[in-house]
Amino acid sequence: MSIGIVMLAHTALHRAEQVARHWTKAGCPVVIHVDQVVPKKRFRIFAERLADDPLIRFSRRHHCDWGTWGLVAASQDASQLMLSEFEDVSHVYLTSGACLPLRPVQELVDYLKARPRTDHIESATTADVPWTIGGLDEERFTMRFPFSWRRNRYLFDHFVELQRKIGYSRKIPDGLTPHMGSQWWCLTRQTLASILEDPKRKIYDRYFRHVWIPDESYFQTLTRLYSTNVVSRSLTLSKFDFQGKPHIFYDDHLQLLRRSDCFVARKIWHNADRLYTTFLSPKPGQLSLQEPNPGKIDRIFAKAVDRRTRGRPGLYMQSRHPNEDWENGVTAAKYSVFQGFTELFTDFEPWLSQVTGARVHGHLFAPDRAHFADGQSFMNGALSDNATLRDYDPKMFLTNLLWNTRGERQCFQLGPKSTRHVMWDIAKDPNAQVSVISGAWAIPLFQSNRSFADLRREAAQLQKIETEMLDSLRSPYSKCRRRIWTMAEFIESPMEAIQVIVDEIGFQPNRRLTEAPRIVDLTGFGQFLQNLKNQGMHPYLMGDFPADPIAQGPAPDALRPRPYLVKD
Amino acid sequence: MFCTLRNEGIRLPYFLKYYREMGVSHFIFVDNDSTDGTAELLAAQPDVSVWHTRKSYKRSRFGMDWMNWLLRRYGHGHWCLTVDPDEFFVYPFCDSRPLPALTDWLEASAIKSFSAMLLDMYPKGRIDAVPYQAGQNPLEIAAWFDSGNYTVKRNHLLENLWIQGGPRARVFFADRPEAAPALNKIPLVKWHHRYAYASSTHMLLPRGLNKVYDEWGGEKASGALLHTKFLSTFNEKAMEELKRREHYAGSQEYVAYASALKDNPELWCKWSEKYINWRQLEILGLMSMGNWA
Repeated sequence: MSIGIVMLAHTALHRAEQVARHWTKAGCPVVIHVDQVVPKKRFRIFAERLADDPLIRFSRRHHCDWGTWGLVAASQDASQLMLSEFEDVSHVYLTSGACLPLRPVQELVDYLKARPRTDHIESATTADVPWTIGGLDEERFTMRFPFSWRRNRYLFDHFVELQRKIGYSRKIPDGLTPHMGSQWWCLTRQTLASILEDPKRKIYDRYFRHVWIPDESYFQTLTRLYSTNVVSRSLTLSKFDFQGKPHIFYDDHLQLLRRSDCFVARKIWHNADRLYTTFLSPKPGQLSLQEPNPGKIDRIFAKAVDRRTRGRPGLYMQSRHPNEDWENGVTAAKYSVFQGFTELFTDFEPWLSQVTGARVHGHLFAPDRAHFADGQSFMNGALSDNATLRDYDPKMFLTNLLWNTRGERQCFQLGPKSTRHVMWDIAKDPNAQVSVISGAWAIPLFQSNRSFADLRREAAQLQKIETEMLDSLRSPYSKCRRRIWTMAEFIESPMEAIQVIVDEIGFQPNRRLTEAPRIVDLTGFGQFLQNLKNQGMHPYLMGDFPADPIAQGPAPDALRPRPYLVKD
Repeated sequence: MFCTLRNEGIRLPYFLKYYREMGVSHFIFVDNDSTDGTAELLAAQPDVSVWHTRKSYKRSRFGMDWMNWLLRRYGHGHWCLTVDPDEFFVYPFCDSRPLPALTDWLEASAIKSFSAMLLDMYPKGRIDAVPYQAGQNPLEIAAWFDSGNYTVKRNHLLENLWIQGGPRARVFFADRPEAAPALNKIPLVKWHHRYAYASSTHMLLPRGLNKVYDEWGGEKASGALLHTKFLSTFNEKAMEELKRREHYAGSQEYVAYASALKDNPELWCKWSEKYINWRQLEILGLMSMGNWA
């Protein structure tokens, strides 16, 4: 017995010749189909060069446009020739001119000898395959496709649409259940002969001539009629990208291909000299009976498809610039934004950094400069603290920071003095965890010794901006995780709130939260607010702070947080 | 490969070697009246065609009229790489696959234009500290770059991206970032005689060629142009260009350089990244393999 190789070639004929000789050297006859687009002269030269090999035949030439009947007709004619010319062929293997055998031919012969009645052809019903191009699965069998998908996409799409609208549907011939799969199969003589000599072949051929991409369904469907033992898997390693175009193998895939233990790979770049010389020279050592195992290659190409279709979240660059809401992650990682905390606590930033291990910045969007952690003037990625550079594109400043520091949790402070509208970008980002103590901006004013008229004006302005910020946080478009307390609410039970925030950042349970940050001295703050009110300004964001210290809810002592916190 | 130059003789030996090894089959140069023997050096090469002009660089729209004419005349149907003599093209797998592997893949994927962002390279220490020698790899000296301080905007008129940032924005244009030089480039195009570069190699017409980016979250394949402008030859060059006033927007870029260079010509900072290879640029998100694997 031997295996017959049917080879469909259209370019790089010198490579086809090399591979064909490799097969015949091992005793496998080869029938070559050369695409009609190859000029007559070039074909003649090619045929003459191979004339000395008694195991090579050429079959009738067809036009093999992608996705058309020509490919099936070429495979039929070539297979027929193979079966009639070479009596001892037990299996026929369909390959292309860009296929390369990866293992010694004898290993393939032995493998098939052990499976004399098995047809290796990927073949699944339309309902079960996710990889259809153009969204057509069932419909490719029930519609007509007179226009080329590659060259005339507009007409193709509209003609499909029209057929859907008028409810056009072709009848599938009796007894056929449409199946699809990779076009590179290996069938037994019995199955192939049954398909080619079927009395109803004319009917089937007429039907499939107008199916879309018949080379992926003709043999796949008919094999199911005759085969006694179908293994739905192609022996050819062939990966497709998201456009349905085969991935190409290069010299740097050598180790991967070698370890895949596949019999044949497609498609090989025609200048991949190293691959051709390595795999076409005799392999020393024992023959192996290993099953093909393309797992690792699968993963690499699946990753490529994922990168092309989904990309890396939070990255904005020359070849990835997603439209709004299509980002698949506005930013690269989760981060925490604090408003009012550094004002209310005396040592909030160092405390947070110590407790959580996160990188805690000051006011990143302050008017004078970006206050990076540890007072640095540059951050990862050579991001500058210059306010003008930052405010040229504040959103990209944020996305850059988070991209550059992937793997390290970022926290920063925000406030009504920050760059305008940056809160809006943050609010729309599901990665943001925003905690606001509203009205805390009044504390620095309260502590300052500036003239009261100034303070009043500034307080009115800051309150207006913070209201705007809270509105964006509460907007229906907001996707961030938000917690908003008024200052009065927060002071009621500061540790509870802080515990929640710290847990969210991912506080390691083995490091116990023992030390609490200290709240600034607020004695007289209620009176300060009352003074603002007396001046006609209405501070409301901080909640209810009674002006009279005696009337305050908890005693001043209890207002101070407990220095130690017991965590259960 | 298409290139306009003036007095770059010192850079040429390495430049030609770099691109020959990459798989460039023919070079087309426009020599803008060099006085350092550049034209003679080029004319002696077997795979180089040289044009010579004394005309104004500025009035030819910074050489683009010359380039467009040559591209139209000789580029039709070919993959054309248009670069400056201080730009070194890198693309995914450039250390294991020659340029024709990339262009074959682009062709098979029906992609007509390939983007390569300009990445400004600079030395550690003063720009003029290490003198550059002819034939030397300039990346040995200018080995550093900024990895993550770029801004990307979309130009809705021509649909190209407008990228700014890097060391030039950081050091020379910190007070007016909007004037910082554009870094988006589309240097590799399967040329058709109907195409034209609209402004340097930043953008093309028809504008469909500028859509080198994905809008739905995915990444298209892209490369980078390592820009080795900041070598010891830079100060002299900047002074000369300042006198000639032949560069873009009243040579404002060179005005900015000249004033900054007087004080402290150091571009390096603590977070500068040292160049290793294309994989590093891909991991940093400056370029992408897209679905080429």
